[in-house]
Amino acid sequence: MKRHGHPYIPNSQPEIKAEMMREIGINSTNELYADVPQKYHLKNPLNLPAEGLAEFEVKKHVENLLSKNKTCADMPVFLGAGCWPHYVPAAVKEIVQRSEFLTSYTPYQPEISQGMLQTLFEYQSMICELTAMDVANCSMYDWASALGEAARMASRVTKRNEILVPRIINPERLATLKVYTEPADIKISEIDYNRETGQLDLADLKNKISEKTAAVYIENPSYLGFIEEQIDEIARMAHTRGALLIVGVDPTSLGILRPPGDYGADIVIGEAQPLGNPMNFGGPLLGIFACRDDLNLVRQMPGRIIGLTTNVDGSQQGFCMTMQTREQHIRREKATSNICSNEALCAVASAVYMALLGPQGLRELGETIMCKANYAMRLLSRIGGVKVPVFKSAHFKEFTVNFDGVGASVKRMHERLLQTGIHGGKDVSREFPELGETALYCITEIHSQEEIELLAKTLESIVSKR
Amino acid sequence: MFKQARWNEPLIFNLGKAGRVGYSLPKVEDTVKKAVGDLNTLIPENMQRKKAPKLPELSEPEVVRHYMRLSEMNYGVDSGFYPLGSCTMKYNPKINETLASLPTIGMIHPNQDGSTVQGILEILYRLEGWLAELTGTDEVCLQPAAGAHGEFLGALIIRAYHKFNGETDKRREMLIPDSAHGTNPASAAMAGFNVVVVPSDEDGCVDVEALKAAVSEKTAGLMLTNPNTLGVFEKNIEEIAKIIHEAGGLLYYDGANLNPLLCKVRPGDMGFDIVHINIHKTFSTPHGGGGPGAGPVGVTRELCKFLPVPRIVFDGERYRLDYDRPYSVGKIRGFYGNVAVLLKAYAYILSMGAEGLKEAAEVSVLNANYVMHKLKSVRGLTLPYNSEKPRKHECVFSAKQLKNDTGISALNIAKRLLDYGVHAPTIYFPLIVEEALMIEPTETFEKEELDRFVEAIHKICEEAYVNPETVLKAPSNTAVQRLDEVKASHPKTMTLSWRMYLKKQNATNP
Ligand SMILES: Cc1ncc(COP(=O)(O)O)c(C=O)c1O
Repeated sequence: MKRHGHPYIPNSQPEIKAEMMREIGINSTNELYADVPQKYHLKNPLNLPAEGLAEFEVKKHVENLLSKNKTCADMPVFLGAGCWPHYVPAAVKEIVQRSEFLTSYTPYQPEISQGMLQTLFEYQSMICELTAMDVANCSMYDWASALGEAARMASRVTKRNEILVPRIINPERLATLKVYTEPADIKISEIDYNRETGQLDLADLKNKISEKTAAVYIENPSYLGFIEEQIDEIARMAHTRGALLIVGVDPTSLGILRPPGDYGADIVIGEAQPLGNPMNFGGPLLGIFACRDDLNLVRQMPGRIIGLTTNVDGSQQGFCMTMQTREQHIRREKATSNICSNEALCAVASAVYMALLGPQGLRELGETIMCKANYAMRLLSRIGGVKVPVFKSAHFKEFTVNFDGVGASVKRMHERLLQTGIHGGKDVSREFPELGETALYCITEIHSQEEIELLAKTLESIVSKR
Repeated sequence: MFKQARWNEPLIFNLGKAGRVGYSLPKVEDTVKKAVGDLNTLIPENMQRKKAPKLPELSEPEVVRHYMRLSEMNYGVDSGFYPLGSCTMKYNPKINETLASLPTIGMIHPNQDGSTVQGILEILYRLEGWLAELTGTDEVCLQPAAGAHGEFLGALIIRAYHKFNGETDKRREMLIPDSAHGTNPASAAMAGFNVVVVPSDEDGCVDVEALKAAVSEKTAGLMLTNPNTLGVFEKNIEEIAKIIHEAGGLLYYDGANLNPLLCKVRPGDMGFDIVHINIHKTFSTPHGGGGPGAGPVGVTRELCKFLPVPRIVFDGERYRLDYDRPYSVGKIRGFYGNVAVLLKAYAYILSMGAEGLKEAAEVSVLNANYVMHKLKSVRGLTLPYNSEKPRKHECVFSAKQLKNDTGISALNIAKRLLDYGVHAPTIYFPLIVEEALMIEPTETFEKEELDRFVEAIHKICEEAYVNPETVLKAPSNTAVQRLDEVKASHPKTMTLSWRMYLKKQNATNP
């Protein structure tokens, strides 16, 4: 061993180590492994870098590898579909790098963790305001796993075992839902949609909903970007049959779109990554989970919930984790979920983001996104043979682009676009074969008029050259 | 003595002034605005938001000050000693944060064309390889977001394996030692298994005779932590593996305690079929106040086909994502995993090398045994389960004697420790130790800090005998005094959001 030990390991300094060993009466740390059967002691070096690199070398190595990536700063990227490019304000980055937050763990000792607890309580409270719900937990892993947990919760609350979901749903989210619910014998059925508008087919819903239905799940805006309008009718249908209504949301829409709590949602889930968290190639994300103030619901909620309290003599306000008897460390196999570590720091980012934007900012964000997205829709729809959007409904920030009239595959169009330095939308033609050669495009506040026009112009020239 | 900041910081809803803003958004260009027109003609009437959300209205400096002050009322590994057992609160190297905040990772979308994300795919692919090598498994999947998520996946793989063999209906029992973490039974139950608890023997290890009696043709598998939650190495691991495998079950490794084994002993070599790793523990990524972490899962060759999609594959030239896995259990979340966290682990392994990882393992064990040795003489504390045996990365004391003698419990000790500017150990876990204090110093604290901790425990336990009142009143140096956690969860007083707070206020003074 080197004389000075490793920079992260203070007691690797040989003199200190020797002194500590002397104190406990051993000559080598190997004596502390004496109870490990000899046959399991590694004899040969592992196939890993043998020696650690210097910090400078690590930095250079990782930066070099990462520089092979092309980012949405290098090229306009029009992808969304569950992870969205939004701007993260500098103030958000500053706060989440505060090492008192960054390097702490779950606030098991609330008295010394008030900062994190209050911040998470504020996150929960702001999510409640945004969604018009009463209670939110302080994070799930992501939207997809939140959906799995919501379905299981609905099944426990209603003691029923069928969940109805829209046919238009992110297939990865649907796959996750199935994996989460299959072991609990919950059946997932899809509700068809109107081919013209994309709106949920209420006749099909009526056919499929029954006394076995635990919940009806809808997304607003939908996976393919349009706004579901028949919400009041859907909520009524679910509730008359004694089923819960679960609504999945993109929170950036809630400055301008009616919040699910207003139309009868019992559980709201969604993805809060766009509220102050970078895309990071799809993770970490931040699952939203909220419900109404109803003990039957709250008692079945998964995840950690922070509550307001006081100190023992009642003289000071404070915060701590609540309702822990639902959780795995107390309830074990009867817990409402197994979740332990969550996405707390992402929730901190979202709290700061929501506090910076406030009600005006969230409205303006929603307006900006919707305006730009609709501008892009208008421009693209003028291109001969290109159908934008596929559905005759209002669209928020994502929309479908169909190339059937061009006679080209999405893949081909994507490749041509990429050659010119533009990254097109996600190919959804295999996800929804009935929609033909269709891609899902996304526009947020970071896309400029210039970039949108460049996209339209480039697509047009690709199409016209065919 | 330690004094934590105490700002009496109001809730953000009580700050700011109507009309104030803390943001600046890119302007919508006039042409764009004109072309689109009034959005309310686009949004269906019944989907328009009529009432603005009641969010606070603050300028940027107010927001920054508010959260800066709150951060000062929080305690992290960078603040001081944090011996929270089972959580491996080791130092989080700064370079990893620098790297993970680069735009070349932050600003890439998971659905980007493969040709534009070769860098990150290469990093993830190599990391998978290193983690497989470190755990002695054949393939590693990076998708799980945390340890418990990895357990859930592991249990699903066990389910898929038995289904593949036509034994789904038969193998419904998951064996779990009584010393296990709560996530183990919870994860097994989520995956549809009935939990069968296996008792521990006088050494705190799995009781082999009881295990033999518990296994049957109904056994799906055993979830085991090794070293276990007492910090004790499961000495009979070879026999345990044999018993489980002969019964037709699979052996699952809860990797929360992998740190002391790095580059010394591998779960795969001990007969484990499925292994999860808590990246946020063993591989030094910050815990972030509860997350995000990452919980990769490694498996043996015959289980690879069950791993979630997509898998990263490399043809010698290019990396790509492969979804064509007919036996895959499917997906347990969106996209591929907590990539920014995994990148930090990649940088950590580079910084440490095999040599450094082994050193980390050994020093984590040395530190734990040093602290244990020094605490053995504390009046009121005992070390249950063979106090002569060395522990690995952590040790669990019991304050039962102290409680009997003085009324001072493990909880009271924990609270009093906060006054010394030390985070408390994990308390009341594992459940097989009464008044448990679970202490994990990790390798990243220096001897002087360990000595200060030991001295603080000595003083507190002395105090318990001579002046229990001071201990009972603790903490007094933290931002708030002892909190009423019962009130927080009581249906009458429970307040889980600002909305509920206002509702309760209005109900009491209409
Ligand atoms: C022994 C043990 N197993 C599993 C877990 C769960 O891991 P995570 O919190 O990453 O979900 C923990 C976490 O505290 C643990 O200590």
